[in-house]
Amino acid sequence: MSYWAHFRVWRGDSEKGELVDYPAEVNEGEVVLDIIHRLQQTEAQDLAVRWNCKAGKCGSCSMEINGRPRLACMTRMNTFAEDEVVTVTPLRTFPVIRDLVTDVSFNYTKAREIPSFAPPEGVEPGEYRMQQVDVERSQEFRKCIECYLCQNTCHVVRDHEENKEAFAGPRYLMRIAELDMHPLDSADRQTAAQEEHGLGYCNITKCCTEVCPEHIKITDNALIPLKERVVDRKYDPVVWLGNKLFRRGEAANKNR
Amino acid sequence: MSSTTDASTGRAQISERTLRTDRWWLPPLLNVAGLGAWVIYATVRAFMQAFYFTADQNYSYLTPFYSPCFSVGCYPEASHFGQFLPDVWWLPYAAVSLPFLLLFRLTCYYYRKAYYRAFYLSPPACAVAEPHKKYTGETRFPLLAQNLHRYFFYIAALISLVNTYDAVVAFINKDGSFGFGLGNIILVANVVLLWLYTASCHSCRSIIGGRLNHFSKHPLRYKLWGQVSILNGKHMQLAWTTLASLAITDFYIMAVSAGWWGDPRIVG
Repeated sequence: MSYWAHFRVWRGDSEKGELVDYPAEVNEGEVVLDIIHRLQQTEAQDLAVRWNCKAGKCGSCSMEINGRPRLACMTRMNTFAEDEVVTVTPLRTFPVIRDLVTDVSFNYTKAREIPSFAPPEGVEPGEYRMQQVDVERSQEFRKCIECYLCQNTCHVVRDHEENKEAFAGPRYLMRIAELDMHPLDSADRQTAAQEEHGLGYCNITKCCTEVCPEHIKITDNALIPLKERVVDRKYDPVVWLGNKLFRRGEAANKNR
Repeated sequence: MSSTTDASTGRAQISERTLRTDRWWLPPLLNVAGLGAWVIYATVRAFMQAFYFTADQNYSYLTPFYSPCFSVGCYPEASHFGQFLPDVWWLPYAAVSLPFLLLFRLTCYYYRKAYYRAFYLSPPACAVAEPHKKYTGETRFPLLAQNLHRYFFYIAALISLVNTYDAVVAFINKDGSFGFGLGNIILVANVVLLWLYTASCHSCRSIIGGRLNHFSKHPLRYKLWGQVSILNGKHMQLAWTTLASLAITDFYIMAVSAGWWGDPRIVG
Protein backbone atom coordinates (compact mmCIF):
# COMPACT_ATOMS: atom_id res chain seq x y z
CA MET A 1 0.00 0.00 0.00
CA SER A 2 1.40 3.37 -1.02
CA TYR A 3 0.45 6.75 0.31
CA TRP A 4 1.66 10.33 0.07
CA ALA A 5 3.43 11.67 3.12
CA HIS A 6 4.15 15.26 4.07
CA PHE A 7 7.88 15.78 4.56
CA ARG A 8 9.57 18.93 5.88
CA VAL A 9 13.28 18.85 5.19
CA TRP A 10 15.79 21.43 6.38
CA ARG A 11 17.60 22.98 3.41
CA GLY A 12 20.45 25.40 3.74
CA ASP A 13 24.05 25.86 4.80
CA SER A 14 25.97 27.45 7.67
CA GLU A 15 24.77 30.92 6.63
CA LYS A 16 21.04 30.38 6.31
CA GLY A 17 18.41 27.73 5.94
CA GLU A 18 14.76 26.79 6.34
CA LEU A 19 12.38 23.88 6.49
CA VAL A 20 10.99 23.10 3.03
CA ASP A 21 7.78 21.13 2.49
CA TYR A 22 7.74 18.19 0.11
CA PRO A 23 5.06 15.67 -0.75
CA ALA A 24 6.63 12.22 -0.96
CA GLU A 25 5.34 8.83 -2.02
CA VAL A 26 5.79 6.13 0.60
CA ASN A 27 5.67 2.42 -0.11
CA GLU A 28 5.27 -0.47 2.28
CA GLY A 29 8.45 -1.42 4.15
CA GLU A 30 10.30 1.81 3.43
CA VAL A 31 12.46 3.77 5.83
CA VAL A 32 13.06 7.52 6.05
CA LEU A 33 16.27 7.25 4.03
CA ASP A 34 14.29 5.71 1.16
CA ILE A 35 12.05 8.77 1.12
CA ILE A 36 15.03 11.12 1.23
CA HIS A 37 16.45 9.27 -1.78
CA ARG A 38 13.09 9.54 -3.56
CA LEU A 39 13.11 13.28 -2.94
CA GLN A 40 16.61 13.42 -4.46
CA GLN A 41 15.24 11.66 -7.54
CA THR A 42 12.17 13.89 -7.86
CA GLU A 43 11.55 17.10 -5.98
CA ALA A 44 15.00 18.01 -4.62
CA GLN A 45 17.75 16.70 -6.83
CA ASP A 46 20.42 18.81 -5.10
CA LEU A 47 19.47 17.67 -1.57
CA ALA A 48 22.67 16.76 0.29
CA VAL A 49 22.60 13.70 2.54
CA ARG A 50 25.35 11.46 3.89
CA TRP A 51 24.63 7.74 3.74
CA ASN A 52 26.34 4.48 3.03
CA CYS A 53 25.26 1.01 4.11
CA LYS A 54 21.46 1.36 4.56
CA ALA A 55 21.76 -1.38 7.17
CA GLY A 56 22.36 0.51 10.42
CA LYS A 57 26.01 -0.47 10.55
CA CYS A 58 28.00 2.39 9.07
CA GLY A 59 26.61 5.25 11.17
CA SER A 60 26.54 7.68 8.24
CA CYS A 61 22.87 8.66 7.95
CA SER A 62 22.50 10.22 11.41
CA MET A 63 19.95 13.02 11.39
CA GLU A 64 17.03 14.28 13.45
CA ILE A 65 13.61 12.97 12.54
CA ASN A 66 10.70 14.72 14.21
CA GLY A 67 13.26 16.17 16.57
CA ARG A 68 14.71 12.83 17.62
CA PRO A 69 18.28 11.87 16.74
CA ARG A 70 17.99 8.72 14.62
CA LEU A 71 19.58 6.75 11.82
CA ALA A 72 17.44 7.49 8.75
CA CYS A 73 18.02 3.98 7.43
CA MET A 74 16.65 2.42 10.62
CA THR A 75 13.59 4.62 11.01
CA ARG A 76 10.67 2.81 9.45
CA MET A 77 7.94 4.88 7.86
CA ASN A 78 5.24 2.72 9.43
CA THR A 79 6.16 4.22 12.81
CA PHE A 80 4.47 7.43 11.62
CA ALA A 81 0.78 8.01 11.02
CA GLU A 82 0.00 8.55 7.34
CA ASP A 83 -1.22 12.10 8.00
CA GLU A 84 1.76 12.95 10.23
CA VAL A 85 4.22 15.60 9.09
CA VAL A 86 7.72 14.11 9.11
CA THR A 87 10.34 16.76 9.85
CA VAL A 88 13.94 15.94 8.96
CA THR A 89 16.85 18.16 10.04
CA PRO A 90 20.61 17.78 10.27
CA LEU A 91 22.26 16.99 13.60
CA ARG A 92 21.96 20.19 15.63
CA THR A 93 25.16 19.93 17.67
CA PHE A 94 27.62 20.10 14.79
CA PRO A 95 28.22 22.78 12.15
CA VAL A 96 26.13 22.19 9.07
CA ILE A 97 27.85 21.84 5.70
CA ARG A 98 24.75 21.64 3.55
CA ASP A 99 21.19 20.39 4.01
CA LEU A 100 21.37 17.19 6.06
CA VAL A 101 25.17 16.92 6.09
CA THR A 102 27.09 18.15 9.12
CA ASP A 103 30.78 18.52 9.90
CA VAL A 104 31.46 15.90 12.57
CA SER A 105 35.18 16.59 12.87
CA PHE A 106 34.67 17.54 16.54
CA ASN A 107 34.45 13.82 17.17
CA TYR A 108 37.68 13.04 15.32
CA THR A 109 39.45 15.68 17.41
CA LYS A 110 38.14 14.13 20.62
CA ALA A 111 39.14 10.64 19.45
CA ARG A 112 42.71 11.79 18.85
CA GLU A 113 42.95 13.29 22.34
CA ILE A 114 42.66 9.85 23.97
CA PRO A 115 45.99 8.00 24.25
CA SER A 116 45.75 4.60 22.60
CA PHE A 117 46.06 1.21 24.29
CA ALA A 118 49.22 1.05 26.40
CA PRO A 119 50.47 -2.50 27.07
CA PRO A 120 52.59 -3.17 30.15
CA GLU A 121 56.30 -2.57 29.86
CA GLY A 122 58.16 -5.48 28.34
CA VAL A 123 55.07 -7.06 26.76
CA GLU A 124 55.40 -6.98 22.98
CA PRO A 125 52.65 -7.33 20.38
CA GLY A 126 51.99 -11.02 19.98
CA GLU A 127 52.58 -11.63 23.66
CA TYR A 128 49.23 -10.27 24.88
CA ARG A 129 47.44 -12.94 26.88
CA MET A 130 43.96 -12.34 28.31
CA GLN A 131 41.08 -14.39 29.62
CA GLN A 132 37.82 -14.04 27.71
CA VAL A 133 36.02 -13.27 30.97
CA ASP A 134 38.30 -10.26 31.45
CA VAL A 135 37.57 -8.65 28.10
CA GLU A 136 33.95 -9.52 27.38
CA ARG A 137 32.53 -6.68 29.51
CA SER A 138 34.09 -4.01 27.33
CA GLN A 139 33.25 -5.83 24.10
CA GLU A 140 29.81 -4.24 24.39
CA PHE A 141 31.47 -0.89 23.71
CA ARG A 142 33.09 -2.23 20.54
CA LYS A 143 29.63 -2.43 18.97
CA CYS A 144 29.78 1.35 18.51
CA ILE A 145 29.27 2.33 14.84
CA GLU A 146 30.50 5.92 15.32
CA CYS A 147 27.16 7.43 14.30
CA TYR A 148 27.69 10.26 16.84
CA LEU A 149 24.04 10.30 17.82
CA CYS A 150 25.12 10.18 21.47
CA GLN A 151 27.57 13.02 20.93
CA ASN A 152 24.84 14.99 19.20
CA THR A 153 22.21 14.39 21.87
CA CYS A 154 24.34 15.05 24.93
CA HIS A 155 23.11 18.38 26.29
CA VAL A 156 26.57 19.20 27.67
CA VAL A 157 27.73 20.15 24.19
CA ARG A 158 24.40 20.36 22.34
CA ASP A 159 23.20 23.24 24.51
CA HIS A 160 26.62 24.64 25.44
CA GLU A 161 29.05 25.10 22.59
CA GLU A 162 31.60 26.44 25.07
CA ASN A 163 31.89 22.99 26.69
CA LYS A 164 33.16 21.34 23.52
CA GLU A 165 36.75 22.03 24.42
CA ALA A 166 36.58 20.49 27.90
CA PHE A 167 34.17 17.61 27.30
CA ALA A 168 34.98 14.51 25.27
CA GLY A 169 31.35 13.38 25.04
CA PRO A 170 29.79 10.01 25.86
CA ARG A 171 31.30 8.14 22.93
CA TYR A 172 34.87 8.98 23.97
CA LEU A 173 34.31 8.66 27.69
CA MET A 174 33.08 5.19 26.82
CA ARG A 175 36.35 4.62 24.97
CA ILE A 176 38.26 5.66 28.10
CA ALA A 177 36.12 3.29 30.18
CA GLU A 178 36.88 0.50 27.72
CA LEU A 179 40.61 1.10 28.03
CA ASP A 180 40.45 1.48 31.80
CA MET A 181 38.67 -1.88 32.08
CA HIS A 182 41.19 -3.53 29.74
CA PRO A 183 43.19 -6.18 31.65
CA LEU A 184 46.45 -5.23 29.94
CA ASP A 185 46.18 -1.46 29.66
CA SER A 186 48.71 0.27 31.90
CA ALA A 187 47.92 3.96 31.38
CA ASP A 188 46.26 6.11 34.03
CA ARG A 189 42.82 6.63 32.52
CA GLN A 190 40.89 7.62 35.65
CA THR A 191 42.65 10.85 36.50
CA ALA A 192 42.70 11.80 32.81
CA ALA A 193 38.97 11.08 32.46
CA GLN A 194 38.16 13.52 35.26
CA GLU A 195 40.77 16.18 34.66
CA GLU A 196 41.34 16.17 30.89
CA HIS A 197 38.24 14.72 29.27
CA GLY A 198 35.49 16.30 31.37
CA LEU A 199 33.84 13.25 32.97
CA GLY A 200 32.42 15.54 35.67
CA TYR A 201 30.31 17.37 33.08
CA CYS A 202 28.22 14.24 32.58
CA ASN A 203 25.13 14.40 34.78
CA ILE A 204 24.06 10.91 33.74
CA THR A 205 20.70 11.90 32.25
CA LYS A 206 21.05 8.91 29.90
CA CYS A 207 20.18 10.56 26.59
CA CYS A 208 23.25 8.91 25.04
CA THR A 209 21.85 5.51 25.99
CA GLU A 210 18.37 6.43 24.74
CA VAL A 211 19.54 7.26 21.22
CA CYS A 212 22.19 4.58 20.73
CA PRO A 213 21.13 2.50 17.70
CA GLU A 214 23.35 -0.35 18.90
CA HIS A 215 21.58 -0.34 22.27
CA ILE A 216 24.87 0.02 24.14
CA LYS A 217 24.16 0.86 27.77
CA ILE A 218 26.59 3.76 27.63
CA THR A 219 25.56 5.35 30.93
CA ASP A 220 25.09 2.28 33.11
CA ASN A 221 27.96 0.18 31.76
CA ALA A 222 30.58 2.79 30.82
CA LEU A 223 30.05 6.28 32.23
CA ILE A 224 28.81 5.40 35.73
CA PRO A 225 31.41 2.64 36.22
CA LEU A 226 34.05 5.16 35.10
CA LYS A 227 32.71 7.73 37.56
CA GLU A 228 32.83 5.07 40.27
CA ARG A 229 36.45 4.25 39.38
CA VAL A 230 37.30 7.93 39.73
CA VAL A 231 35.59 7.86 43.14
CA ASP A 232 37.76 4.85 44.02
CA ARG A 233 40.80 6.87 43.15
CA LYS A 234 39.94 10.30 44.42
CA TYR A 235 37.15 10.23 46.97
CA ASP A 236 36.79 6.88 48.76
CA PRO A 237 38.57 6.87 52.16
CA VAL A 238 38.24 3.09 52.51
CA VAL A 239 40.11 2.46 49.27
CA TRP A 240 42.69 5.12 50.19
CA LEU A 241 43.26 3.49 53.58
CA GLY A 242 43.51 0.04 52.00
CA ASN A 243 46.12 1.28 49.55
CA LYS A 244 48.10 2.87 52.37
CA LEU A 245 47.89 -0.12 54.73
CA PHE A 246 48.79 -2.69 52.12
CA ARG A 247 51.22 -0.38 50.29
CA ARG A 248 49.34 -0.74 47.02
CA GLY A 249 50.62 1.64 44.38
CA GLU A 250 49.56 2.63 40.89
CA ALA A 251 50.58 -0.65 39.31
CA ALA A 252 48.49 -2.63 41.78
CA ASN A 253 45.56 -0.35 41.06
CA LYS A 254 45.71 -1.27 37.37
CA ASN A 255 46.44 -4.94 38.08
CA ARG A 256 43.48 -5.59 40.35
CA MET B 1 20.58 31.14 25.09
CA SER B 2 21.07 27.47 24.28
CA SER B 3 23.57 26.69 21.55
CA THR B 4 20.91 24.47 19.99
CA THR B 5 18.93 27.48 18.83
CA ASP B 6 21.96 29.72 18.32
CA ALA B 7 23.31 29.39 14.80
CA SER B 8 26.34 31.61 15.41
CA THR B 9 28.54 28.52 15.63
CA GLY B 10 27.69 27.38 12.14
CA ARG B 11 24.94 25.04 13.20
CA ALA B 12 21.72 24.69 11.24
CA GLN B 13 19.54 27.74 11.87
CA ILE B 14 16.47 26.30 13.57
CA SER B 15 14.78 28.52 16.11
CA GLU B 16 12.61 25.87 17.81
CA ARG B 17 14.12 24.49 21.01
CA THR B 18 12.90 21.08 19.92
CA LEU B 19 11.09 19.61 16.95
CA ARG B 20 9.95 16.59 18.92
CA THR B 21 6.27 15.87 18.38
CA ASP B 22 5.81 13.23 21.06
CA ARG B 23 4.81 13.96 24.67
CA TRP B 24 8.40 14.48 25.84
CA TRP B 25 7.15 16.67 28.70
CA LEU B 26 5.16 13.87 30.34
CA PRO B 27 7.97 11.88 32.08
CA PRO B 28 9.50 14.97 33.77
CA LEU B 29 6.01 16.09 34.79
CA LEU B 30 5.25 12.69 36.33
CA ASN B 31 8.61 12.77 38.12
CA VAL B 32 7.86 16.20 39.58
CA ALA B 33 4.46 14.99 40.74
CA GLY B 34 5.73 11.67 42.13
CA LEU B 35 8.87 12.92 43.84
CA GLY B 36 7.14 16.09 45.06
CA ALA B 37 4.24 14.16 46.59
CA TRP B 38 6.59 11.74 48.31
CA VAL B 39 8.81 14.48 49.75
CA ILE B 40 5.77 16.34 51.14
CA TYR B 41 4.35 13.15 52.68
CA ALA B 42 7.73 12.12 54.16
CA THR B 43 8.39 15.59 55.59
CA VAL B 44 4.98 15.77 57.25
CA ARG B 45 5.38 12.30 58.72
CA ALA B 46 8.98 12.82 59.88
CA PHE B 47 7.95 15.88 61.91
CA MET B 48 4.57 14.57 63.10
CA GLN B 49 6.10 12.72 66.07
CA ALA B 50 2.95 10.64 66.49
CA PHE B 51 1.39 7.41 65.18
CA TYR B 52 4.73 5.80 64.42
CA PHE B 53 4.51 2.82 66.77
CA THR B 54 1.68 0.50 67.77
CA ALA B 55 1.92 1.47 71.45
CA ASP B 56 -1.65 0.50 72.40
CA GLN B 57 -1.60 -2.92 70.78
CA ASN B 58 0.07 -6.15 71.84
CA TYR B 59 2.14 -6.25 68.63
CA SER B 60 5.13 -3.95 67.94
CA TYR B 61 5.16 -2.27 64.57
CA LEU B 62 7.63 0.58 64.16
CA THR B 63 7.51 2.62 60.96
CA PRO B 64 10.81 2.90 59.02
CA PHE B 65 10.39 6.71 59.11
CA TYR B 66 11.11 6.58 62.87
CA SER B 67 13.81 3.94 62.94
CA PRO B 68 16.11 3.92 64.77
CA CYS B 69 14.10 5.97 67.26
CA PHE B 70 16.78 7.84 69.21
CA SER B 71 14.73 10.69 70.73
CA VAL B 72 13.88 10.76 74.42
CA GLY B 73 10.32 11.37 73.20
CA CYS B 74 10.14 7.91 71.60
CA TYR B 75 8.12 5.12 73.19
CA PRO B 76 10.73 3.10 75.15
CA GLU B 77 9.61 -0.12 73.39
CA ALA B 78 10.28 1.58 70.04
CA SER B 79 13.82 2.60 70.96
CA HIS B 80 15.83 -0.52 70.29
CA PHE B 81 19.17 1.26 70.37
CA GLY B 82 18.87 3.83 73.15
CA GLN B 83 17.58 7.41 73.49
CA PHE B 84 19.84 10.43 73.37
CA LEU B 85 18.25 13.01 71.07
CA PRO B 86 16.28 15.86 72.70
CA ASP B 87 12.51 15.82 72.23
CA VAL B 88 11.95 19.06 70.32
CA TRP B 89 9.41 19.64 67.56
CA TRP B 90 11.97 20.54 64.91
CA LEU B 91 14.04 17.38 65.32
CA PRO B 92 12.63 14.17 63.80
CA TYR B 93 12.84 11.21 66.13
CA ALA B 94 14.97 9.39 63.52
CA ALA B 95 17.17 12.41 62.92
CA VAL B 96 20.27 10.21 62.88
CA SER B 97 19.19 8.04 59.95
CA LEU B 98 16.84 10.20 57.87
CA PRO B 99 19.45 12.67 56.57
CA PHE B 100 21.65 9.84 55.34
CA LEU B 101 18.75 8.04 53.70
CA LEU B 102 17.81 11.30 52.02
CA LEU B 103 21.39 11.85 50.86
CA PHE B 104 21.65 8.25 49.65
CA ARG B 105 18.67 8.80 47.37
CA LEU B 106 19.63 12.36 46.48
CA THR B 107 23.01 11.21 45.17
CA CYS B 108 21.64 7.98 43.62
CA TYR B 109 22.47 7.77 39.91
CA TYR B 110 18.85 7.07 39.00
CA TYR B 111 17.36 9.90 41.06
CA ARG B 112 19.98 12.26 39.72
CA LYS B 113 18.75 11.54 36.21
CA ALA B 114 15.15 12.00 37.34
CA TYR B 115 15.54 15.30 39.15
CA TYR B 116 18.12 16.83 36.81
CA ARG B 117 15.56 16.33 34.09
CA ALA B 118 12.38 17.08 36.01
CA PHE B 119 13.37 19.89 38.38
CA TYR B 120 16.51 21.41 36.88
CA LEU B 121 15.50 20.87 33.22
CA SER B 122 19.04 19.95 32.39
CA PRO B 123 17.83 18.72 29.97
CA PRO B 124 14.04 18.34 30.37
CA ALA B 125 14.15 15.54 27.78
CA CYS B 126 16.58 14.27 25.16
CA ALA B 127 17.08 16.72 22.27
CA VAL B 128 15.04 19.39 24.04
CA ALA B 129 17.07 22.54 24.68
CA GLU B 130 17.64 23.38 28.32
CA PRO B 131 17.01 26.94 29.55
CA HIS B 132 20.37 27.52 31.27
CA LYS B 133 23.00 29.88 29.93
CA LYS B 134 25.89 27.99 31.52
CA TYR B 135 26.45 24.41 32.50
CA THR B 136 29.31 22.91 34.49
CA GLY B 137 27.62 19.70 35.57
CA GLU B 138 29.22 17.83 38.43
CA THR B 139 32.64 19.41 38.01
CA ARG B 140 32.45 21.80 40.95
CA PHE B 141 30.81 22.30 44.33
CA PRO B 142 28.03 21.65 45.24
CA LEU B 143 27.32 19.01 42.57
CA LEU B 144 30.86 17.66 42.89
CA ALA B 145 29.55 16.22 46.16
CA GLN B 146 27.51 13.71 44.17
CA ASN B 147 30.71 11.66 44.31
CA LEU B 148 29.92 11.03 47.99
CA HIS B 149 27.21 8.58 46.96
CA ARG B 150 29.41 5.71 48.04
CA TYR B 151 29.62 6.92 51.65
CA PHE B 152 25.84 7.14 51.80
CA PHE B 153 25.60 3.67 50.30
CA TYR B 154 27.69 2.29 53.18
CA ILE B 155 25.47 4.05 55.73
CA ALA B 156 22.24 3.07 53.95
CA ALA B 157 23.33 -0.57 54.11
CA LEU B 158 23.74 -0.22 57.90
CA ILE B 159 20.30 1.39 58.19
CA SER B 160 18.82 -1.46 56.15
CA LEU B 161 20.21 -3.78 58.84
CA VAL B 162 18.31 -1.74 61.44
CA ASN B 163 15.13 -1.96 59.34
CA THR B 164 15.64 -5.71 59.09
CA TYR B 165 15.98 -5.93 62.88
CA ASP B 166 12.73 -3.94 63.26
CA ALA B 167 10.93 -6.30 60.89
CA VAL B 168 12.19 -9.36 62.81
CA VAL B 169 11.36 -8.10 66.31
CA ALA B 170 7.88 -7.16 65.07
CA PHE B 171 7.13 -10.89 65.14
CA ILE B 172 7.53 -10.85 68.95
CA ASN B 173 4.49 -9.52 70.77
CA LYS B 174 4.86 -7.32 73.83
CA ASP B 175 3.91 -10.28 76.07
CA GLY B 176 6.78 -12.26 74.53
CA SER B 177 4.64 -14.55 72.38
CA PHE B 178 5.02 -15.05 68.66
CA GLY B 179 2.70 -12.93 66.54
CA PHE B 180 2.08 -12.58 62.84
CA GLY B 181 -0.29 -10.25 61.04
CA LEU B 182 -0.70 -8.27 57.85
CA GLY B 183 1.63 -5.60 59.24
CA ASN B 184 4.44 -8.15 59.47
CA ILE B 185 3.99 -9.05 55.81
CA ILE B 186 4.15 -5.37 54.88
CA LEU B 187 7.23 -4.75 57.04
CA VAL B 188 9.08 -7.77 55.63
CA ALA B 189 8.15 -6.92 52.04
CA ASN B 190 9.39 -3.38 52.58
CA VAL B 191 12.70 -4.61 54.00
CA VAL B 192 13.22 -7.05 51.14
CA LEU B 193 12.58 -4.26 48.62
CA LEU B 194 14.92 -1.91 50.51
CA TRP B 195 17.70 -4.49 50.34
CA LEU B 196 17.09 -5.05 46.65
CA TYR B 197 17.24 -1.30 46.00
CA THR B 198 20.40 -0.92 48.11
CA ALA B 199 22.10 -3.91 46.48
CA SER B 200 21.19 -2.68 42.99
CA CYS B 201 22.99 0.61 43.58
CA HIS B 202 25.68 1.50 41.04
CA SER B 203 28.21 2.08 43.83
CA CYS B 204 27.50 -1.41 45.17
CA ARG B 205 28.00 -2.81 41.67
CA SER B 206 31.37 -1.11 41.46
CA ILE B 207 32.51 -2.17 44.93
CA ILE B 208 31.41 -5.78 44.44
CA GLY B 209 33.34 -6.26 41.22
CA GLY B 210 33.02 -3.40 38.76
CA ARG B 211 36.33 -1.93 39.80
CA LEU B 212 38.19 -5.13 38.90
CA ASN B 213 40.05 -5.53 35.63
CA HIS B 214 40.78 -9.22 36.05
CA PHE B 215 37.52 -11.03 36.77
CA SER B 216 39.42 -14.28 36.17
CA LYS B 217 41.40 -13.69 39.39
CA HIS B 218 38.25 -13.10 41.45
CA PRO B 219 35.64 -15.72 40.43
CA LEU B 220 33.40 -15.18 43.46
CA ARG B 221 33.32 -11.41 43.07
CA TYR B 222 32.71 -11.86 39.35
CA LYS B 223 29.70 -14.05 40.09
CA LEU B 224 28.37 -11.54 42.61
CA TRP B 225 29.00 -8.70 40.16
CA GLY B 226 26.88 -10.56 37.61
CA GLN B 227 24.03 -10.89 40.13
CA VAL B 228 24.25 -7.24 41.18
CA SER B 229 24.36 -6.21 37.52
CA ILE B 230 21.04 -7.97 36.95
CA LEU B 231 19.56 -6.08 39.90
CA ASN B 232 21.21 -2.88 38.71
CA GLY B 233 19.24 -3.14 35.47
CA LYS B 234 16.10 -2.74 37.62
CA HIS B 235 17.44 0.15 39.69
CA MET B 236 14.87 2.66 38.45
CA GLN B 237 11.97 0.31 39.11
CA LEU B 238 13.34 -0.49 42.57
CA ALA B 239 13.84 3.21 43.30
CA TRP B 240 10.15 3.90 42.69
CA THR B 241 8.93 0.65 44.26
CA THR B 242 10.77 1.38 47.50
CA LEU B 243 9.39 4.92 47.64
CA ALA B 244 5.94 3.37 47.39
CA SER B 245 6.69 0.57 49.87
CA LEU B 246 8.08 3.02 52.42
CA ALA B 247 5.01 5.24 52.15
CA ILE B 248 2.62 2.28 52.28
CA THR B 249 4.40 0.75 55.28
CA ASP B 250 4.42 4.05 57.12
CA PHE B 251 0.79 4.81 56.29
CA TYR B 252 -0.32 1.34 57.36
CA ILE B 253 1.41 1.63 60.72
CA MET B 254 0.07 5.14 61.19
CA ALA B 255 -3.46 3.87 60.49
CA VAL B 256 -3.12 0.93 62.88
CA SER B 257 -1.52 2.97 65.68
CA ALA B 258 -4.12 5.74 65.28
CA GLY B 259 -6.88 3.17 65.49
CA TRP B 260 -8.28 3.86 62.01
CA TRP B 261 -8.33 0.11 61.45
CA GLY B 262 -7.02 -2.96 63.23
CA ASP B 263 -4.25 -5.23 62.04
CA PRO B 264 -5.65 -8.53 60.70
CA ARG B 265 -3.82 -11.12 62.80
CA ILE B 266 -2.97 -14.54 61.45
CA VAL B 267 -1.19 -15.74 64.60
CA GLY B 268 -1.30 -14.10 68.00
